Amino acid sequence: MHLHKYEKIWLAFGIGSLILFLVIVGINAFVTGHQPPSSDKTVDPQVVGEIAPFNKPGLKKIGKNEYQLVVLTSAFSFDVGTQDKVVEIPKGAKVHIIATTKDVVHGFEIAGTNANMMLEPGHISETTQTFREEGEFTLLCNEYCGSGHHLMHAKIKVVDQS
Amino acid sequence: MIETAVKVNKKDAKLALAHIIVAFIALFIGGLCGFLQVLVRSGKVQLPGGIGYYQVLTAHGVLLALVLTTFFIIGFQFAGMSRTAGALSNKARLTGWIGFWIMTIGTALTTFYILIGKASVLYTFYAPLQAHVGFYIGLALVVVGSWISGFAMFAHYARWKKQNPGQVGPLLSFMSVVNMALWLICSLGVAATVLLQFIPWTLGWTEGINVLVSRTLFWYFGHPLVYFWLLPAYMVWYVVIPKVIGGKIFSDSLARMSFILFLFFSIPVGFHHQLTEPGISPTWKYIQVVLTLMVVIPSLMTAFSMFATFERFGRSKGATSLFGWLKFLPWNDARFLVPFIGMVAFIPGGAGGLINASHQLNQVIHNTIWVTGHFHLTIATTVVLTFFGAAYWLVPHLTGRTFTKQLNQLAIVQAVVWSVGMTIMSGAMHWVGLYGAPRRSSFSDYGGSAQAADWIPYQIAQAVGGSMLFLGIILVLYIIVQLLWFAPKGEEEFPIGEAEETAEKTPLFFDKWWLWITIVVVLILLAYSIPFTHMIQEAPPGSPGYNRLC
Repeated sequence: MHLHKYEKIWLAFGIGSLILFLVIVGINAFVTGHQPPSSDKTVDPQVVGEIAPFNKPGLKKIGKNEYQLVVLTSAFSFDVGTQDKVVEIPKGAKVHIIATTKDVVHGFEIAGTNANMMLEPGHISETTQTFREEGEFTLLCNEYCGSGHHLMHAKIKVVDQS
Repeated sequence: MIETAVKVNKKDAKLALAHIIVAFIALFIGGLCGFLQVLVRSGKVQLPGGIGYYQVLTAHGVLLALVLTTFFIIGFQFAGMSRTAGALSNKARLTGWIGFWIMTIGTALTTFYILIGKASVLYTFYAPLQAHVGFYIGLALVVVGSWISGFAMFAHYARWKKQNPGQVGPLLSFMSVVNMALWLICSLGVAATVLLQFIPWTLGWTEGINVLVSRTLFWYFGHPLVYFWLLPAYMVWYVVIPKVIGGKIFSDSLARMSFILFLFFSIPVGFHHQLTEPGISPTWKYIQVVLTLMVVIPSLMTAFSMFATFERFGRSKGATSLFGWLKFLPWNDARFLVPFIGMVAFIPGGAGGLINASHQLNQVIHNTIWVTGHFHLTIATTVVLTFFGAAYWLVPHLTGRTFTKQLNQLAIVQAVVWSVGMTIMSGAMHWVGLYGAPRRSSFSDYGGSAQAADWIPYQIAQAVGGSMLFLGIILVLYIIVQLLWFAPKGEEEFPIGEAEETAEKTPLFFDKWWLWITIVVVLILLAYSIPFTHMIQEAPPGSPGYNRLC
């Protein structure tokens, strides 16, 4: 099959850029460890509320400026361990988020950050987020979960404690 | 010279028209639903009479993404095959009618359950949300009906090959066969999840559903689905547009080559819709990201071919400067201009797709309204405008009427309204998606969130753009109704381009179907067998159905 000279140049340039792009994405993923949330832990969704750590949702200090945030979701609420659904996080804290759902599929998104993952019944989802900026961030469900989907939210307050 | 019918056979025309009429009815209802959604999302309007936002959203997705597309594509391909490979045999035509009626009954059933509010599960119907079983049965009928029509097309192509030994099949027919092969292989996934998982689970025969497996089977289907929409648009670009402008097909072989590459790289890629999900190893996600981005190659080939055709035509008319050939293109011919706008929209559309599929960046935009903005450029502009542009000659060709000057002018106005409306709506969606505004959500102030308050102006812009798009739908429906029943009688050409005279003969190896299918199956097994086995072996307890939530 004959290829026009210009087409060869065009395709060589295009395929070259594609390979470069995939190599950069690959280095990001496998060398610097920047992978999408892909936790492999499972749990029984019917009784997850009685199993640690999901029996005690909320923020827990686990090291110097390092925290674990446990979130248990159900239609149509985020259980973040507080009555008012507000979590206060010190500025600069590195937070390991661990979350799952008791019922249907939900989305876990802290708007304005890269914390964004799917929650599926039976599977545990994990991601890590460092909160460098002060302010209020909305935690919302970004996967349709039923008639009250858009009412499902909580608040992350990043506060300067120094 | 290969002999082809200049006109689509009259009986085949009826079959094609039946599909196209259902497609445009779906466009009207689905478009009306879209209009209601943008109004609600602006925060200024509430739906009357207990109509739910998510009910309307489900109807919008099912009727436009599944019904409009599938019906138009099958109608277009039956017409195209009749035009290029001769009239259908009585058997093939009857098979086509059986497929049509099964699809139509399925559509009516699914739409009925959505409209009575028993199936507000959106068009992706993610388990364990549970709709009425009629919703799933209707969807299964749509898919099965489309398979039956696919087999009619395969049989028609095989018959042509038998009658023309040693010749490569006509280009448009070849492309239709590739598209139906792609469709059959990918829709096995959605058929498997609906028939083996959803229906037994909804009827209470099985207790729990494996959510991750159902989502994976859905996306095994869900991404090739978008190529099933796109390839007929490419058929129009490769085969029809060169003839409309008065030029030649740049290369018949390259066109076939790009279609075969799309067949290979459309299917083993569903994980790029599941990048932020638990239970799938990031290595397998990355492998599918690489396979996903392979479609860049046939896309670049297509872009080159299109612009080569345009430039060669302009130069043959005497253009000499670098971009002088642009002047010679028939800008006032809607059959060219409308699909051309679709091509232009595919540049930002494709670039956005690269972002969405690129492993890490997906986390920034996943399930934000950016994604909605993205596919309103690709499907709702590139594909849909190309289909509109094709309908402007296809419908009158089939009805024995003509696409008049006045209708041509109106079609150009329609495309301008569409472009402006879509730029506003899709632009606002992309922009506010980057701020985190979620997709598939009714209006909400998220408990007085300051972030959500900042999103409202963009949501109003979406309503402005969306309203213009609805006006665009009214205009195109007016044109189609004219072409179906009222435009003056006459002959409208079904334009089929020819390859350059200097082009070499298309090699026969393109018709090695078993080789292509084998490669597709190998790629699918490579991409899916290990992670899919893991999902089944390491599965958590199954989920019961939740049918009161939606």
